[in-house]
Amino acid sequence: MSSVLHPPDASALQAGSMLPEPWVVVSRLEENADTFTIELRPAEEGTLRPFAPGQFNMLYAFGTGESAISISGSPENSDTRVHTIRRVGTVTSALDRLAPGDTIGLRGPFGSAWPIEELPGRDLVFVAGGIGLAPLRPAILHALAHRKDYGRIVILAGARSPEDLIFHDELLEWKEEPDVEVKLTVDRAGIDWYHHVGVVTTLIPQADFDPANAVAMVCGPEIMMRFTAVELNKNGLPDSRLFVTLERNMKCAVGICGHCQFGPEFICRDGPVFRYDHIHHWFSQREV
Amino acid sequence: MTTDPPVLLPREQFGSLLEALARRGYRVVGPTVRDGTIVYDDLTKVEDLPIGWKDEQEGGHYRLKRREDEALFGYVVGPESWKKYLHPQRLRLVKAERDTSGHMTFTDGDEEEPVRYAFLGMKSCELNAMMIQDKVFLGSGTADSHYERRRKNIFSIGVSCGEAGGTCFCVSMGTGPEVTDQTPHDLAVTEVIEDTSHYFVLTAGSDEGREVLNELPATPAGPEHVSAAKQRVEHAASTMGRRMDTGGVRELLRENLEHPQWEDVAQRCLTCANCTMVCPTCFCTTVEDVTDLTGDNAERWRSWDSCFTLDFTWMHGGSARQSAKSRYRQWLTHKLSTWHDQFQSSGCVGCGRCITWCPVGIDLTQEVAAIREKDNHPAPTTS
Repeated sequence: MSSVLHPPDASALQAGSMLPEPWVVVSRLEENADTFTIELRPAEEGTLRPFAPGQFNMLYAFGTGESAISISGSPENSDTRVHTIRRVGTVTSALDRLAPGDTIGLRGPFGSAWPIEELPGRDLVFVAGGIGLAPLRPAILHALAHRKDYGRIVILAGARSPEDLIFHDELLEWKEEPDVEVKLTVDRAGIDWYHHVGVVTTLIPQADFDPANAVAMVCGPEIMMRFTAVELNKNGLPDSRLFVTLERNMKCAVGICGHCQFGPEFICRDGPVFRYDHIHHWFSQREV
Repeated sequence: MTTDPPVLLPREQFGSLLEALARRGYRVVGPTVRDGTIVYDDLTKVEDLPIGWKDEQEGGHYRLKRREDEALFGYVVGPESWKKYLHPQRLRLVKAERDTSGHMTFTDGDEEEPVRYAFLGMKSCELNAMMIQDKVFLGSGTADSHYERRRKNIFSIGVSCGEAGGTCFCVSMGTGPEVTDQTPHDLAVTEVIEDTSHYFVLTAGSDEGREVLNELPATPAGPEHVSAAKQRVEHAASTMGRRMDTGGVRELLRENLEHPQWEDVAQRCLTCANCTMVCPTCFCTTVEDVTDLTGDNAERWRSWDSCFTLDFTWMHGGSARQSAKSRYRQWLTHKLSTWHDQFQSSGCVGCGRCITWCPVGIDLTQEVAAIREKDNHPAPTTS
């Protein structure tokens, strides 16, 4: 199984890759108090490049700056790009002020992808913490669109509270699909919450997948991914069939600004999706 | 391999090299004395070179001193490196414009016409450093067009060292002190000063270098001149101020990420970033976005950055590398270990700048030795 997953169009951006292209906001949706989803379409011909689930774009708010944001829309849906963004800093706050019709700059797609197309017949285990569900969503949508290519599909999503869950309605829709298991958990909840309470790792032993044939894709805070890996290992799923996506400060997205280094890896170029055993040495250290 | 016979250029004729380069349309830049240091700047005449100066270097110490002779290249290296010409400290990447309808246009902000520079006086460590930055900016998947445009015009004149500095360890890194065919160059120069004679032994390393040599009033070098030049280089090699045992250093650092020495060096390190600014291979950059008063014209500027700042790894919620320990570890581990994974070579050329210009004199050769002394996870050495 390969771990360096080449996106469909990796070379398309080589020339002038620091130049954004104008994209127009088509629609905007509030996910929760600090998270929103925007759908974008290219303002100019020839700038819509195919992407693979797990890849990201650099979104530029005019005069404010760029932020690396993973693509959260379906890879099947071709003419727009969807991004789910949490408002945490200057750039993401500027992006939050966008309304349909507004223009932003976009560079991308960049980075490696979930190995979703290389997994026919496998059980798929998706584990998400908070907004970590966003980069997983294109892979989940791909799997659902090609349902017969895969074994069981398990989606385990955790958040701090029910209000913090993103794609809440969609999660419940996925739950109704045949042979799809969706389990939700939150750290704290009121009496109207009828799913689980506790950290997302507690869902793993309850999930129904064949550890000998399953591949896990995990995204969330680093501490959550570390404990998820331990729990998956305990349940028979080895690091070599476990994929995570990492996040670091990024300026260039093409491996030359140095910011996103993680040991020997440039997360923008060699990641953000990594096979866990390949980065385990560095992932087990603090402050890498 | 260069098979060209070496030629001899007397000191009195050295100006002919500058003239030949200028005639070919090159802007000659090289070492000159300013603010008590040797910096790189325009050279219009031989007298602009640091004639008769040497640089005394130690951990956290740099002083220009008078030499007893009138050598042109009798110094080691100054605080600057040639990267300032190829990878400018500040560069406008993008110009963005927004019209009244809100539509945006983006254009390449790097409008500076690349200068045809002749780099006169590149020490062997510096030629190696340029080769390493070539790999960073041109070797991986995405070529940096800004570097590429500047780099392709360079005429390089390497100068072999006749003396080593107090913080030099190029011999340990296999990057000097002699300018050899391992590092592409147009001309290689060795300066020789004997009792009554002062001359240069030159060899061409490229076709254009050969053409330039043919335009100089040079004569074939005799075996005594070649041997005198060789002796100068051997003298430099035998007087290195520092050494580093590089055997298995790639694995040594990777396997000792929790070594107590990191805590020890963090007690001394000011995280001031000097080492990264003077390093001839450090390449990291940040970006800054600015707008004019109308808010409709924006620019994106790239400038040198350092892994020693907290901002460098800032994400929502804080920095990934909060402690000085983790930031020094990142720098040294990158330089000597993970650089191999990324670019198939070490990121260190042994020039000693990071030792000299560290305000508290932290010496990476000593840090590596200390880690090696108590290697917590001896690993089998590989290439």
